[in-house]
Amino acid sequence: MLFRSSTPAFDMNIEGFHTGQHLANARKQADMRGLDDVLVVDVDCHHYETDNFAEILEYIEDPSLKQVALNTYAYKGPSAVLYDQPGYQDLGGRVTRYLERKGEKIPEDGRPREVAQTLRWMDALSVDYACLFPTPMLFLGLHPQPEVEVNMARAYNRWITDNILPANKRLRSMLYLPFNDPDATYRMVQEYGKKDGVIGFMVVSTRYKPVYDNAYMKTYALLEEMGLPLSFHASYHWNDQLVSLTNRFITAHAVGFTFFNAVHCANWVVNGLPERFPKLKVIWIESGLAWIPWLMQRLDNDYRMRTSEAPALKRLPSEYMRDMYYTTQPMEMVNNHKALELTFEMINADTQLLYSSDYPHWDMDLPSTIWDLPFLSEQSKRNILGLNAKRIFGLDVSDRFPENHGRAASPLVDTWRQDVVPAE
Amino acid sequence: MPEIFVARSEDLPEGGRVFVTANGNQIGVVRAKGQLHAYLNICPHQGGPVCEGLMVHRVEEIIAEDKTYQGMRFSEDDLHIVCPWHGWEFNIETGRCAGDGQHGLKRFRTEERADGIYVVV
Repeated sequence: MLFRSSTPAFDMNIEGFHTGQHLANARKQADMRGLDDVLVVDVDCHHYETDNFAEILEYIEDPSLKQVALNTYAYKGPSAVLYDQPGYQDLGGRVTRYLERKGEKIPEDGRPREVAQTLRWMDALSVDYACLFPTPMLFLGLHPQPEVEVNMARAYNRWITDNILPANKRLRSMLYLPFNDPDATYRMVQEYGKKDGVIGFMVVSTRYKPVYDNAYMKTYALLEEMGLPLSFHASYHWNDQLVSLTNRFITAHAVGFTFFNAVHCANWVVNGLPERFPKLKVIWIESGLAWIPWLMQRLDNDYRMRTSEAPALKRLPSEYMRDMYYTTQPMEMVNNHKALELTFEMINADTQLLYSSDYPHWDMDLPSTIWDLPFLSEQSKRNILGLNAKRIFGLDVSDRFPENHGRAASPLVDTWRQDVVPAE
Repeated sequence: MPEIFVARSEDLPEGGRVFVTANGNQIGVVRAKGQLHAYLNICPHQGGPVCEGLMVHRVEEIIAEDKTYQGMRFSEDDLHIVCPWHGWEFNIETGRCAGDGQHGLKRFRTEERADGIYVVV
């Protein structure tokens, strides 16, 4: 694979990419921290469903839409079927695995290649179980045709529950909900809620449907009854009217990935949905953590002046938010360490925070980002890395959960201080 | 200080890179801008294999005298090496992080003699 640089003298050619080799330093980090002896559940990671797109399109149930999708895909690729957008996640080739992973050689063993490819990075990061999500489909919430989202969601969910989840017990998923169609959303939970490997359902946040709409109440009730978490996975769309004000991907990402989750979360709380569904577990994914204290403070301050506009609430908004769950990535590991520590305190991280890597995306976080936090006890680290997820998803981890605790050696890198610590 | 043989000079041309291992640590040695640079192959951010990354010049903005934005270009002087895991960029000559100078790569001294290139560990 040729990566173009600023001048031909620095063009770079990479051959023979192997996920395990790319992540060799991650493997060493895990060894030196003894992470194989720690249960690690990655609540948000991805594959590229477009790697198997022709196969997935065959699962579309609507015959006319399927015919259009197959022919459109054949001449224009997956972007024309889904709802792609401008974006430079790979930083113009600087994050090399985006291009490299497509050509990675995986021995054929009858399973879709991403099963082996996913297990390669899981082993490198010392992840025991991973909740797998698609990638380009995360833009479907803004597709102008709701029936495309419904049909793609149904096709993908059938495909992943038929082919991927049964292939290895370490792979799980919260299935994509076609949220723009409330009835199809309800049917999805009914039909797929008890499938093997399904540990909950996921709504992509980037859409213009409000979570308080009465049309969704039967779905929330069903999820609560089944004991399945509902997650909101952040995304962005550069054509969204607000995000389109930004002219650099860094801004579109920093704002876009937090904005929709913040709006949905505020709606969820202010409309009293935690009072209506007190046992429904709600998870906010991939917005980082800094937005949570911001929203807690804004809502609490306003609520005490405008209590009449949120009459369903019996507690402060932040108290409801503290009962929700959040995934770690992309954790704001900046120079203000006090801010992160306070955030952990404000969200009851010990019981509410769930580790996520977001691998293979550019802003992925390794388990060491949690393990290296100096303000956490070892028990808190274990809770965040895996035990909280085990509890809220009801995971049976008996095949991998260890008894003994490893002894850590030199950690190679201190992700807290962001400094290298070479082996002695 | 112990030295480790890296390569013969002709085997490390401009833009090339060679890896050696010392005390269990991988060190990347690159020749760029006519100089040799040796760094520990660990990014201070999350430990990525920084020396395996793309070398690319710093991107800079073109701002006209009237303060209007006129586009972007590559610097002719500042060359960066980019960690392939997350994109942290480092000045190849100083090893300092381009986005936050508080952080940097661990640098090693190099020697180039008639019989080849050595890194001092």
